[in-house]
Amino acid sequence: MYLHFGAVLVFLLFSVAFVAIIYGISALFRPANPSAEKLTTYECGEIPFGGSWIQFNLRYYLIALVFLIFEVEVVFLYPWAVVLRTIGAFAFWEMIVFLAILLVGFAYVWRKGDLSWFTPSGSGHTDATFSGK
Amino acid sequence: MPFKTEEMLLNVGPQHPSTHGVLHLEVTTDGELVTNAEPTIGYLHRCFEKYAETLTYQQIIPYTDRLDYLSSMNNNFGFVVAVEKLMGISVCERAERIRVIMAELNRIASHLMFIGSFSNDLGAMTPFLWCFRDREEILKIFEEVSGARLLYNYYRIGGLAADLTPGIEDRIHSFLNQFEAHMLELDDLFTRNAIVIARLKGVGMIPRETAIAYGLSGPMLRASGVDWDCRRDEPYSIYPSLRFEVPVGGEKLGALGDCYARYLVRRAEIDQSVSLVRQCLTDIPPGDVKEQVKRNVRPPVGEVYVRTENPRGEIGFYLRSDGSTKPSRVKVRAPSFCNMSVFNRISKDILVADMIAILGSVDIVLGEIDR
Amino acid sequence: MQGMYETLLAALGAERVVPFSVGFAALVVVFALFAAIMGAVVALIMVLAERKISADIQERIGPNRVGPMGFFQTVADAVKLLTKENVLPRKADSILHYCAPTLVFTGGLLPVAAIAWSNGIVVADLNIGVLYVVGTASLGVIGRLMAGWASNNKWSLLGGMRAAGQMISYEIPNSIAILSVIVLAGTLNLQELSEAQKGGIHQWFVFRSPFAFVACLICLVSSLAEVNRTPFDLPEAESELVSGYHTEYSGIRWAIFMMSEYIGMVVVNAVAVALFFGGWNGGLPGEPLLGGWIWYLLKIAALMYCQVWVRFVLPRLRIDQLMSLCWKNLVPLGFLALLGASVQALLGPTGQHVMMVAAWLTFGGFVTLLFAAVLKTRHVPAQDGIPR
Repeated sequence: MYLHFGAVLVFLLFSVAFVAIIYGISALFRPANPSAEKLTTYECGEIPFGGSWIQFNLRYYLIALVFLIFEVEVVFLYPWAVVLRTIGAFAFWEMIVFLAILLVGFAYVWRKGDLSWFTPSGSGHTDATFSGK
Repeated sequence: MPFKTEEMLLNVGPQHPSTHGVLHLEVTTDGELVTNAEPTIGYLHRCFEKYAETLTYQQIIPYTDRLDYLSSMNNNFGFVVAVEKLMGISVCERAERIRVIMAELNRIASHLMFIGSFSNDLGAMTPFLWCFRDREEILKIFEEVSGARLLYNYYRIGGLAADLTPGIEDRIHSFLNQFEAHMLELDDLFTRNAIVIARLKGVGMIPRETAIAYGLSGPMLRASGVDWDCRRDEPYSIYPSLRFEVPVGGEKLGALGDCYARYLVRRAEIDQSVSLVRQCLTDIPPGDVKEQVKRNVRPPVGEVYVRTENPRGEIGFYLRSDGSTKPSRVKVRAPSFCNMSVFNRISKDILVADMIAILGSVDIVLGEIDR
Repeated sequence: MQGMYETLLAALGAERVVPFSVGFAALVVVFALFAAIMGAVVALIMVLAERKISADIQERIGPNRVGPMGFFQTVADAVKLLTKENVLPRKADSILHYCAPTLVFTGGLLPVAAIAWSNGIVVADLNIGVLYVVGTASLGVIGRLMAGWASNNKWSLLGGMRAAGQMISYEIPNSIAILSVIVLAGTLNLQELSEAQKGGIHQWFVFRSPFAFVACLICLVSSLAEVNRTPFDLPEAESELVSGYHTEYSGIRWAIFMMSEYIGMVVVNAVAVALFFGGWNGGLPGEPLLGGWIWYLLKIAALMYCQVWVRFVLPRLRIDQLMSLCWKNLVPLGFLALLGASVQALLGPTGQHVMMVAAWLTFGGFVTLLFAAVLKTRHVPAQDGIPR
């Protein structure tokens, strides 16, 4: 089995090398005529106002937190899923308890409205619009 | 906990896939949220109005083609109606019939262009090509009649540049039959698509009062529930003798004031135009459609303002004559320009995607805005 | 199966010449090279197929100039991209700009290692196969975010942020849907998952449990989002963000992104096939005819066709709708499916049979509802000139 993880390592090294080689091959053929205008940042043909490396509002900070919790929980679920049939009902109930705690949190986040990306005031659309109403 | 975040100033256009030409929007965004969008125009300014003062009336017609280049026939129509009113002449029945046929076909073509580009703005690619397939047929008809595919220069003061070619009526008929079937397919694909409805319903609401206050016209105005159509309420040409409905946003249409209503109004107008073309095609009386006036017309001293219904709204021509062969003043009320004025008002606190949808639903043509 | 490398090396007579580790590494490199070249070929074929299918849907002709029926069009495109200038904006972070496509490509290629193409044909026969695929596939998120940030372009940044938000969100329903099958199969190994579905179409998990059927739908939807395809193509939404995170990429670096996208499509569909649609099994009892890999590729191609089909029918969702679809619809539904599937996993043989019947009923009901909905709304004629 460890042998096969070795295969993964080789794959990893290979894919990094592969891209580098492709870049190298391309470098042999492609022209390189940079000019001041060509190297400006594209902003629809206008001179950009300021840079883009600024602090701006992502708005999915909370969703990212919820994601983290869920992802960790899913990682716990993977081994559980494999052995569920071997252990039986005990494992099932245990996971129910685990999930229940998590889902209470999920319901809380939902109730607080943090799962909505956000509801802009101007255009008046809410989540209800998605259900086709 | 409030984080300190900066607003991002973003240039949308003039080179952007969704600005439909060379419109430039200075957008202030807070992440994905658009807080303000300020349109900047003028990239396509050609001094149409001033230049028209140096041309004879007939010579201005090809320049009106270039205003709203997606509905050149309608621009021609508005201009010749204005000059004819100034001169106090009328045109024979056959010429009027053909004028209406061409104007309505051009309205269909223009609305097809709208549906196509609008669907593209929403990320659906297929309706665009389906609409262009049908628009192509209309352009072929125009090409046969006028010799041009986009800028027709077909209408003349007192008539038309050329009569219909033999057999074109049958061709238009067969096109319309095929086209109606295609439109049913388009409804299945796009009009009733759940994602389309979710993306458009309630987005870019323009209340009735705002629509009137901003001087909107055409589908933009009617989508907000104002029952106004120049063809019916300030009739010109032979429209009074034709039967057609004016689709207006509200209960019957199923949407009011939002982007979906604006789409539905245009979609319904296509069906009305088909019916109008059919009515005009039956028993076209014979007659000489060539202009019955001299090339260099000299309208009497005076002024006139005529508004006609373009696909995008009312196009108004103000002409002042000093009795010479050239107008002393020409002013155009461009529908896209007035419709665009409301854009800044309704694009506050919306998502970037909504801004694109709203811009698409306004259906601008920069040739007309910048003139 | 266990000794694929041993057998191969022995057959080549390599063990007398070099130590086993060297021979093994060499073989893996050969496989990896094969996988990468196949990836490139698949990308080329997929681009062509996509263009031809879209042409068919949109009543166009599609590429038909280069080679017979335009078959070499994408080859020509690849050559063009290879010889095209690489424009690196002055303000961009050149190192990250260089690394981002590599990372995305790695995230695309690594999962290929664990995919069981046929009985005994798998590069890395991992006991945690599914987890490995899910984990490595999400490397692409970092690459896309990196591309968006490194470009120092506002469009790229917005696209990269959208990619991150979307791809991490949809990983949850995807993982939960996958888990629903894992509890039934009791293994994470893709080879054993295919083994578990041997014996005919009725043994495929999608037809063995109604919960797996629901999970299958969730998985197909969220895998569309994972590979950023319409209606979830927000990260590169052309009409909104110009080109999203790869706005500032050109030439070969851009081509690497595109190639990764198509390899990503193959991977997500390969996982869906392995989990729900019988893996390398044919639909009939007994050994698959003509070798398992043909069936595997055919099933992947069928799913890919559906992805292309969906792309040219649906418009794009808005970002808040995308998020609420994920968190408010797919995640709760996924948990229900997982709960049901884990109950089913504890049932005896009779229960399994009942569940199988239930699965077919669910499938039948789903198809009936789908057709009923289509027939109800199809070609509704306009009334009073106003379409309904």
